[in-house]
Amino acid sequence: MDARSENQPIASKNRTTVERSSEREILVTRTVNGPARLVWEAWTKAELFKQWWVPKSFGLTLLSCEVDARVGGKYRLVFRHGGGEMAFFGKYLEVIPNSRLVWTNEETEGGAISTLTLEEKAGKTLVLLRDLFPSKEACDAAMTSGEKDGSGETFEQLDALLVALAG
Amino acid sequence: MVKCSPAELDASFAALADATRRGVLEQLGRSDATITDLAERFQMTLAGMMKHVGVLEEAGLVATEKVGRVRTCTLGARRLEEETAWLERHRQLWDARFDELDKVVEELKRKEKNNGRKK
Repeated sequence: MDARSENQPIASKNRTTVERSSEREILVTRTVNGPARLVWEAWTKAELFKQWWVPKSFGLTLLSCEVDARVGGKYRLVFRHGGGEMAFFGKYLEVIPNSRLVWTNEETEGGAISTLTLEEKAGKTLVLLRDLFPSKEACDAAMTSGEKDGSGETFEQLDALLVALAG
Repeated sequence: MVKCSPAELDASFAALADATRRGVLEQLGRSDATITDLAERFQMTLAGMMKHVGVLEEAGLVATEKVGRVRTCTLGARRLEEETAWLERHRQLWDARFDELDKVVEELKRKEKNNGRKK
């Protein structure tokens, strides 16, 4: 299902998986063709982080990006969307260079605690990102909010995007 | 359906054997509703409606979600579809994001190679 490579110039595109790994948790995985220390750098240095966190296809403008990847340090991302701005923010709870990064998502109530784990093997890095919600209900809400009013795809996409960005 | 165990089938048939519960399913097919909404519509007590919804929930026909003090009911299958759709959108977003991350890491690798490893 993930082997659609017709439009992919890079033959070795790795597979991204997303699953609901428990009642309260969503797990994203992907292998990156590079050592863990470079993935870590891209995740913890603002000037690198902002190059990939908001792919161009999202159609959003990143106005500012602050990343202070130390225990207790904060991050803050501000986007322009339509006429308004929206911010995503939180703080880092655990910082183990090249290996493990844990942060909060504080822009919404019931936000997840995100845990990034990097596992390097033979020059490649398995990236695991877990979003652990405070309850099953909060996880359910994150996965279905914005769809019940039936206001169409734009809102659904925006909603999915917001959750992804928050993650 | 052939994979349903006799016990599951029993639960489904028992759930559907009641006219009120069939009415609740029909109602939820149109839109989600709270227990209070359903109790009012079918002119019963909250406790009575909770019992009916409980039977439907056990049969896997209805899912409920409590937000604050309000419990909302949805058709079980629809909820699963929503989740599946959400997971796929979430996967696409992360896939796009990781594609960009790949480029950043490639660039870092290239720079390291050019500079020799200084770190």
